[in-house]
Amino acid sequence: MLHKTPLGQVLGLGSARAGTGHFIAQRVTAIAGIPLVVFLIGFILVHRRASRAEIVASLENPVVAILLALTLINLLWHMRLGLQVVIEDYVHTPARKHLLLLLNIAFTAVMGISALYAILKMSFGL
Amino acid sequence: MADSRQAGRPLSPHLQIYRRTLTMMMSIVHRATGMALYAGTLLLVWWLMAAAISDSYFAMVQSIFGSWIGQLVLLGFTWALIHHTAGGIRHLIWDMGRGFDLASVETSARVTLAASVLLTIALWAIAYGVM
Repeated sequence: MLHKTPLGQVLGLGSARAGTGHFIAQRVTAIAGIPLVVFLIGFILVHRRASRAEIVASLENPVVAILLALTLINLLWHMRLGLQVVIEDYVHTPARKHLLLLLNIAFTAVMGISALYAILKMSFGL
Repeated sequence: MADSRQAGRPLSPHLQIYRRTLTMMMSIVHRATGMALYAGTLLLVWWLMAAAISDSYFAMVQSIFGSWIGQLVLLGFTWALIHHTAGGIRHLIWDMGRGFDLASVETSARVTLAASVLLTIALWAIAYGVM
């Protein structure tokens, strides 16, 4: 049973000192995301009816492979920050909130490593 | 924390109290498209992984995306991506301290919505060789 008001519980604790970094990373990935999204849409449009061999041939160009890897990492980073805010806004049960925050990190990490694996494998002509 | 409810104090009015406005819907849709794109990343990574795995598996994934339901999902994905990007640019302009007056906010909402719909139609017209 809590005997303090929500304000009383946090007064004097100071900030978690993570907010500014989050805010900046959110904006930096947003700005970087604008040209990278244009590249991503172009890449998908060009390869919409492609065979596996044609995608491998495109990714053998290091500029294309690195741009695609950058795009995926940037978007995944941006969406990890975004969903973290959504979870913090709507989930207030501590156990559920922390579980979802961990799953958010795990999901984006697995997506990122998988995307890099796929891009590098094809870029090396495999 | 929902402790103010236990204390018996009144809560401030929430979403259902207010008349729906365009700017309010744009805010909600910005977050909704962000969450949809989060899930949509699974499709993008699936596509890339399939291309990295084998010819036959990739051909199967391509045919799923090429089916009418796949195309419908990708159409929604395209719009969500463009709308969220355009909405993001709108937010970045606000971050620079510009466009905050009511008239500008209403105009930028309309421009963002029109741009996302028109760009999506243009892209799909290109994809289907109409343009």
